[in-house]
Amino acid sequence: MRLMVDLNRCQGYGQCVFLAPEVFSLHGEEALLYDAAPDEGQIERVRRAAAACPVQAILVEEGPRAGLDTEADRDRA
Amino acid sequence: MTGRDGRIVVVGASLAGLRAAETLRDEGFTGSLTVVGEERHEPYDRPPLSKQVLLGRVPPDHVALPARRPVDADWRLGVRATGLDLEKRLVRLSDGADLPFDRLLVATGVRARPWPDEAQAALDGVVGVRTLEDARGLLERLEAGPRRVLVIGAGFTGSEMASVCRERGLDVVVAERGGAPLIGALGGVLAEVAADIQRAHGVDLRCGVTVTALEGDGRGRLARARLSDGAALEVDVAVVALGAVRNTEWLAGSGLAAGPRGVACDAGCHAFDLNGVVTDDVFVAGDVARFPHPVYEYQLLALEHWGNAVAQAEVAAHNMVSPGVRKRPHLSLPAFWSSQFGVNIKSLGVPSFADEVAVVQGSVEERRFVAVYGYQGRVTAAVAFDQAMWLDFYGRLIEAAAPFPPGFDTVGRPGKPEVLPADVPDPAVLSHGPTVAVTGHLPDERRVTLLRPPG
Ligand SMILES: Cc1cc2nc3c(=O)[nH]c(=O)nc-3n(C[C@H](O)[C@H](O)[C@H](O)COP(=O)(O)OP(=O)(O)OC[C@H]3O[C@@H](n4cnc5c(N)ncnc54)[C@H](O)[C@@H]3O)c2cc1C
Ligand code: SF4
Repeated sequence: MRLMVDLNRCQGYGQCVFLAPEVFSLHGEEALLYDAAPDEGQIERVRRAAAACPVQAILVEEGPRAGLDTEADRDRA
Repeated sequence: MTGRDGRIVVVGASLAGLRAAETLRDEGFTGSLTVVGEERHEPYDRPPLSKQVLLGRVPPDHVALPARRPVDADWRLGVRATGLDLEKRLVRLSDGADLPFDRLLVATGVRARPWPDEAQAALDGVVGVRTLEDARGLLERLEAGPRRVLVIGAGFTGSEMASVCRERGLDVVVAERGGAPLIGALGGVLAEVAADIQRAHGVDLRCGVTVTALEGDGRGRLARARLSDGAALEVDVAVVALGAVRNTEWLAGSGLAAGPRGVACDAGCHAFDLNGVVTDDVFVAGDVARFPHPVYEYQLLALEHWGNAVAQAEVAAHNMVSPGVRKRPHLSLPAFWSSQFGVNIKSLGVPSFADEVAVVQGSVEERRFVAVYGYQGRVTAAVAFDQAMWLDFYGRLIEAAAPFPPGFDTVGRPGKPEVLPADVPDPAVLSHGPTVAVTGHLPDERRVTLLRPPG
């Protein structure tokens, strides 16, 4: 799974933080930080967070692709 | 060949290149699609690098961009475009191949402006923050517990790095030639607020000075920095945050209006040639582009903004496969965010396109407020510190060219807001390059020379 938040859209209310606290967190009052390649075990929570975001700022790509250090990436090195 | 078939080449495999490739397939392009990228990684996201990655909250390889849809394309990664032949319609590649195209998208972005002295830049401990490799290297150094970090340049990247260092409990000195951090992007009034925030968090902020030399320990490791005010600082790490250089060298001699300020294009993302004539089949998007914006008197804007790369890539891709009457203009308002010292800074419009500024909402003392910028009596930008939810409202005022100062009684601040001079300095006097540049009306750069700031 991979995800991304459009932080221009995000209003920092933190619904996603509440629903998937291991993936999203607030830094200060409203600056959102997140893990773009969370553990697969988080998928259900991430889906719920994406659905609950009032401005639809969370993009999720489900599937096996996760972090950058894929085989292909290492092979090219 | 119709709009939907033929050969499309995208040069630059980062945010703009990826979103353009997706949009091309979304819009029914069935021809051959090749994406050329100098970095050997698949497209990844840069903003997290100077935030969650260097804070140590997320591993550096957790930054790959999610795809919005599967993209059927030939990805040539680890390969650089070295030249463009518009007559033969070929892109020349670093692996020796020539890549023919019917339509081309230039999305080569920018790179970090290097420390100007090559020998000093090569010292172990002198680093930039643009790529994944930069972030990996810097992360290692920060985790090793340096005695002191020097950040050169107090633009957004430099300020975010200072924030990261303080949060890690590291001593950090920020050196900036301008009067305050972020002054090029936000003007003097908010820059003073940014300076207060840095100092309150324990940053040793030194403005109005330049770094004159970086010195080694005799074994190739950075040991010391000298400042123009005579100070000598013992430092283990120097983060070079002097702004960006547009990746346009590969277009030299191609006949396109490409130079140090970017590649000029029209509102439909068609590149201009050197004579100011728009090309039919070469398009531009993202940080490398200079494009006219009606809200800013149709002057050409050069933005280093994530949101612009996405929006412009979508418009460029749409126009690459659409006949004239269906083409769209790229008109979205410039927008960006930055998070530093736990404050969420968001901006809409172009704050440096202003002669006046007024805090219209919230409280500067509490560091929760919205400031509105005006130029010749109309609203041109708004910046929020921890007040993101209000920005859309101000966006509508900017688009409507509403009168400045705004005439309404605003939340928590009855009566008329105090209007102050915008105090936007000439970018030439700053260490950091501003991430927004208003670059005039001429697509041509024949009279522009590139000045390398000494630091
Ligand atoms: C540390 C950091 C933090 C940031 N934080 C924010 C933020 O908080 N908010 C915000 O709005 N924006 C932020 N940005 C800016 C944002 O990341 C950029 O606007 C965005 O990456 C632009 O995308 P792009 O695709 O146009 O260009 P780039 O991301 O620069 O990509 C261009 C790609 O083209 C490749 N390339 C260059 N020349 C060639 C060639 N000749 N041949 C082949 N490939 C080539 C490059 O290697 C690169 O991969 C940040 C940037 C950085 C570096
Ligand atoms: S739910 Fe959406 S708007 Fe709210 S903090 Fe998360 S991403 Fe931002």
